Parts: sequence; structure tokens; C-alpha cells
Amino acid sequence: MGQTAEKHGDNYINHSAGIKSWLLTLDHKRIGLMYFCTTMVFFLVGGIFALMMRMELFSPGMQYMTQDTFNKFFTYHGAIMVFMVIIPLIPAALGNLVLPMQLGAKDVAFPRWNLVSYYIYLGGALLAASTLFIKQVDTGWTFYTPYSIRSSTSATYVLLGAFTMGFSSILTGLNFIVTIHKLRAPGLTWDRLPLFLWALYATSVIQVLATPVLAITLLLLTLERTLGIGIFDPKLGGDPVLFQHFFWFYSHPAVYIMILPAMGVISEIIPAFSRKPIFGYKAIAAATFGIALVSFVVWGHHLFVSGQSELANFVFSLLTMFVAIPTGVKVFSWLGTLYKGSLRFDVPLLYAFGFLFVFTIGGLTGVFLAVVSVDVHLTDTYFVIAHFHYVMVGGTILAFLAGLHYWFPKFTGKMYHDGLAKVACWFVMIGFNVTFFPQFIVGALGMPRRYADYLPQFTEYNRLSTIGSWILGAGLFMVFINIARSLKSGKPAGDNPWGALTLEWQTPSPPPMENFKHDPVVTDGPYEYRGENVHWGMNA
Amino acid sequence: MSEHVTAAERLAGGHAHHFKDGDAEFQACKSGMWIFLVTEVLFFSGLFVMYAVLRVFNHDMMHEAHQLLNWKLGATNTVILICSSLSMAMAVTAAQTGRTKDCVRNLWITELFAVGFLCVKYVEYSHKIHEGILPGALWHYAEMSVAKAPLFISVYFVMTGIHALHVIVGMGVIYSLIRRAGRGDFGPNYFTPVEMTGLYWHFVDLVWIYLFPLLYLVS
Repeated sequence: MGQTAEKHGDNYINHSAGIKSWLLTLDHKRIGLMYFCTTMVFFLVGGIFALMMRMELFSPGMQYMTQDTFNKFFTYHGAIMVFMVIIPLIPAALGNLVLPMQLGAKDVAFPRWNLVSYYIYLGGALLAASTLFIKQVDTGWTFYTPYSIRSSTSATYVLLGAFTMGFSSILTGLNFIVTIHKLRAPGLTWDRLPLFLWALYATSVIQVLATPVLAITLLLLTLERTLGIGIFDPKLGGDPVLFQHFFWFYSHPAVYIMILPAMGVISEIIPAFSRKPIFGYKAIAAATFGIALVSFVVWGHHLFVSGQSELANFVFSLLTMFVAIPTGVKVFSWLGTLYKGSLRFDVPLLYAFGFLFVFTIGGLTGVFLAVVSVDVHLTDTYFVIAHFHYVMVGGTILAFLAGLHYWFPKFTGKMYHDGLAKVACWFVMIGFNVTFFPQFIVGALGMPRRYADYLPQFTEYNRLSTIGSWILGAGLFMVFINIARSLKSGKPAGDNPWGALTLEWQTPSPPPMENFKHDPVVTDGPYEYRGENVHWGMNA
Repeated sequence: MSEHVTAAERLAGGHAHHFKDGDAEFQACKSGMWIFLVTEVLFFSGLFVMYAVLRVFNHDMMHEAHQLLNWKLGATNTVILICSSLSMAMAVTAAQTGRTKDCVRNLWITELFAVGFLCVKYVEYSHKIHEGILPGALWHYAEMSVAKAPLFISVYFVMTGIHALHVIVGMGVIYSLIRRAGRGDFGPNYFTPVEMTGLYWHFVDLVWIYLFPLLYLVS
């Protein structure tokens, strides 16, 4: 861990100056930062929509907006958060930053395509967002037919935007798969590959295999709206349920595009902050692929009430429960790693604990919903909303925040403000649970999702939920204040503040343009916290 | 080696800075191309599933409606595309062995076949548009009143239309290869773009090999 001497040297941030050197860069770290900034802007926009919806739901009756406006708000909240934030968030932002470095590579396999992928993402996102200034969209992020065929809003541009962003996702996935295969450092055998990379690998496989199906589906729906081809339109003899099958054939695996990399982040952080080799390395890697595999054969659980056959319901219900097995393997492996570890409660570990706690609730309620008889009662209620926010926010966003604090010192060379980060973490945790836990209850009591209004007996739950959204919003706001502040005036972080063993920590912070001063050679696994590594070293 | 590699450097065995040698880079490109083709397969698979669902539920309609298509023109296009695959394969071999002139000539022949394919397609499409044999809501062909026949024509236009789009994109890429080959960019040390385009072109042909019987030869 040679430090200090290189501290002020040439790195990827100061390597070249000027806006053009960023916009046309081929460097994976700079592209990762560009992804990060863009997703954060959309995260803010999607979050504002959520806060405004919660404001409206503070009391029964309509206070601040019309029902039509509310329909548009939940559509934008969903579409922005899914397509523009959570899908690119960990793979494209953190993945781009970390993946080549953990491999000991100078860059991804196809740097130029990497940049192209960013601009495709940006173009698609702007196209979809531009509808805010035209006739908006009110179909819900799932674009269910036949309503989405007839909606007089600018749904077509949102469809084309999501279609475009899909290609960015495909290119990133393709790039990562080839990079992991072809650019591993000498000695970095498959059984020494960090688990974050196994997670990104499995994610990339899903991106590559599932996204094209979404692409053709959205294209068909666009043609449906523009030419009236009739494939999904019952009026012309088409089949609207076929759309649901097509849509979920992508969008269910897409849920794992969102959660697998999050699990990868957790697998990095837990051993580093327990000072122990990870428990069940091979089991976690295999479980990652197990989840990816099963993810392709469970889409029918979104169609339990669509009129599909009893047999299909039975099969999809059973298959869906299989997801719980590899997921359980992971959760127990993480707990096994923590057991008797010498834990240090830095912010990344705090978020990782939050993840374990909240994600487990999200995962288990998923098993409830996999049971057909229960799902028939709970479908389209707030129970479903609560379930997937426990997975998507409580899982992906918390893991992202964990990863953000974990790798922030590496890629900026600065340390975040520890006190503020801890306060923010508690705000996020409490705010999140106060927002979404009441939704489980109110959903089970029968409050339907996507309605702008509700019956008076649900008022308390909704009030609590809205107050929670303010706490959560305040917590996230503090995270961003902390980042902005630390970029300017954070203390120097050192090359390896966590004493972690993966390759990205064995080079100066921020890393030099080509990542490593000397081409690294790997001689051991990524989590071999043994001997002198067991103790929190001089950096700690 | 740096991030940017010029054509001359490549011909001399150069490679991008993050690969250990030119062969590693070539192998990476090849994997990337195959993965891209997998995504293309899945892209088209959506269309094939759509076709299958329609056919399972409307078997008789499909049989009636497919007679609106001219199988002779479809067969002609099949032959044209198979020939274009041959000329493309010859262009790849020529590039690998450094016979630039041969390479350029075969690429031009491939382009000609592609133009031929699109001309036949134009004849087919314009005839249908003229008669009112159009997708879904646009259909106004009085001589056939089989229920849901417009859906078959939707499937026909969407599948062949997206395929034709792939042919047009391929023509653009092949044209850029012709220019680069003419400049002398390719040789035994560097022929990656020609080989990758070849893979793409064969894939586009293969899709047509499936489309032709499924659409024109329903029985």
C-alpha cells in the first residue's frame, strides 16, 4: 500500500482538463462518473414526483392536483426510477468505476462502445423526459395495453425513450461480459473473482438476454399506437395479455438487473468490515447465477389475475418460490461472515446492515405474493407497492448508498464527513421504514394502488407514510450535501482506508489514468483476511 | 500503445492499450460480436413468438391469408440473400489474406445483391400498399374477408420490415468497409471489422431463411 509519494500525482481526474476531455473521454472511470451524475439528476426528479404524490395522499380527497395529474405523476415516478435510475445505477455507474479496477485491467474491453452506451442512455432518457413539456404520459410505467394504445398523451416518445435506453443497457452488459472474460489480471482465476464482479457478470447476462425482448415489445407497442397493427389490440383481434407476457419476460428479470449488483456490493462490504474471509464464496457466486437463471422463468407471477390458466398459475407460483432459495443462501452467507467478525461500524457497514434488515422483509413478502391465493387478494394493492419498494429502495438504493460511501474515498481521494453520513444513514433507514411499512398494512386492508384518493379509514396509515417520505427525503438530501461538501473540503482518504484486499484498493486514490502503476498480479483470493490482515491496520 | 490506434499501427500489429496483444483484442471483438448476435436472436425471438401465438389460435386464417403473399418473389429473395452470403464470405477471406482488390470487389457484389433484395421487397410492398393489403386498422382490401387476416399482414410487414431495416444497416456498414478497404486499412494483421460484418450479414440472411417458409409457405 505505497502511499503519500504518489498522492499529488497524475490521476484520472486531473489528467486532462476541459469539458471536452470529459464529454469525449474513453476512460471507464470518467464515464462511470458521468453515469453517476446523470442518474442522480433523474433520481432527484423521480424523487420529487414521489414526494408530491405523498403530499396529495396526506389526506383523503383531492387537495393539490387533479386525478389526471396524479396518474401522470405515478407514471413518471415509476418510469424514471426504473428505466433511468435503478437499472443503470449500480451496473453502469459503480460498475464502470469498479469493474476494470477489480480485474486489474486498464479499461473495459470496448471503451468506445462504453461511451456510445452512455450517450444512448442520455439520448433515450432526454427523449422520454421531454414529454414532460409536451402532453406527458399517464399509462403507468408498465404501459399495459389496451389503454396504452389509446392514451392521448405522448406515450409514444416515452416508449421510444425506453426502447433507446435498452440498447445502452445491452451494450454495457456486452462490454462487461467480454471484459470479465478477456481482461483479468494474471492470477485472477475464476475462483478469485470478487463477488461484485460475479454479480455484475450475472446482471450483464440478464441485460443481454432480456432487454432485446423489451425492445421488440416496445417497438410493437409504438407501431400499435402509430399504425394500428393490432397485435395487442383486442378491437382488431389482437391479444392484450400477450403484451403482458412480453413485457414481464423482460421486466421481471429486470428486477434482478436491479438487485443482483446490489447484492454484489454487499458481498464486498461485509467481509471488508468484518475482517473475515467471506463465508461461502462459491455458494454466493453460484446463488447469483441461480437467481439469474430462475429470473427468466417466473414472469407469469405478474399475470395471476390476467386469466392465464390454472396450470400456468401453479407452475409460475412454484418457480417463483425457488427464487427464495439462492436468495436465502446469500443472506445466510453474509450473516455467517459477520459472525465472530471484528466489526467496525463505518457507514458502508451501517447501510449494509440496513440492507440485510430491509431486504429480508422485501424478499419474504415476495414469497407471500408468489402464493396465488394470497396474491389474488393482495394484487394491485399497496402491499405490492410496499413489497417492491422494500426490495428496490431498501435493497438496491441502500446497497448503492453503501457502495457509494465505500468507494467514494477511492475515486475522489477524499473522505466523507463521518458524523453527517451516520446521521443521514439513520434518517434514510427510519424514513424508509416509516414510509413503506404502513403500506403493507394498508394494502392488506385493501387500499388499491394507483388511486389518487382513498377511503377515510386509511388516513392514519397514509399520514404516517407521507411523514416518512419527508424523513427519507431529508436523509437523502444530507447524503448529497455530504458528498458535495466532501468533494471540496473532505480530508485526504489515503489509498486504502478500509484495508480491503481487492485490487482497486492497491493503487493510489484517485487512481491514475491507467489504473495501476504496474500491471497487477493476483496471488490470493479477494477476501483472505488472515494473518496481519485480520486486524484493522494503520489506515483504519 | 494508447487508447487511439491508427490504421497504420494496426496493420503493423498494433492494438489498443488495454489488451496484451492484437490477438487478445481480436478475440474480444469476436466474443462481443457473438454476444451481440445473441441479442439479435432474442430481439427477433419476440417476433417469432408473436407469430407462433397468432398461428396457434388462428390456424385457418393464417392459411388463407398467406396466399396474399407471392412465394415466387420470396423464393427469389431467398436465393439472392444466399448468394450475398457467399460473396460476403469471399470478401472476408480476401481481407484475411491481404487481397484488397478481391475484398473490395466482393463487398461491392454483396451490396448489389442487397440492392436486388430491396428492389424485390419494394415490388412486393408497393403492390400490397396499392391493393390496400395493409396492417391492422389500415387494411382496406375488399376481396378477402377472412376474420383477422389483417393481423397476418401486420405480422408480415413488421417481421419483413424489421428484417429489411437490418439489411439497410448492413449495407451502410459494408459501404464503410469498402471505403476503408480501398484506403488499405485491412491486411493479414488486421481484418476485424470485415470479419465482424460478415458474421452480422450471415445472421441477417439466416433470419430470412426462417422468415421465408414461415410467412410465404404456410400450409
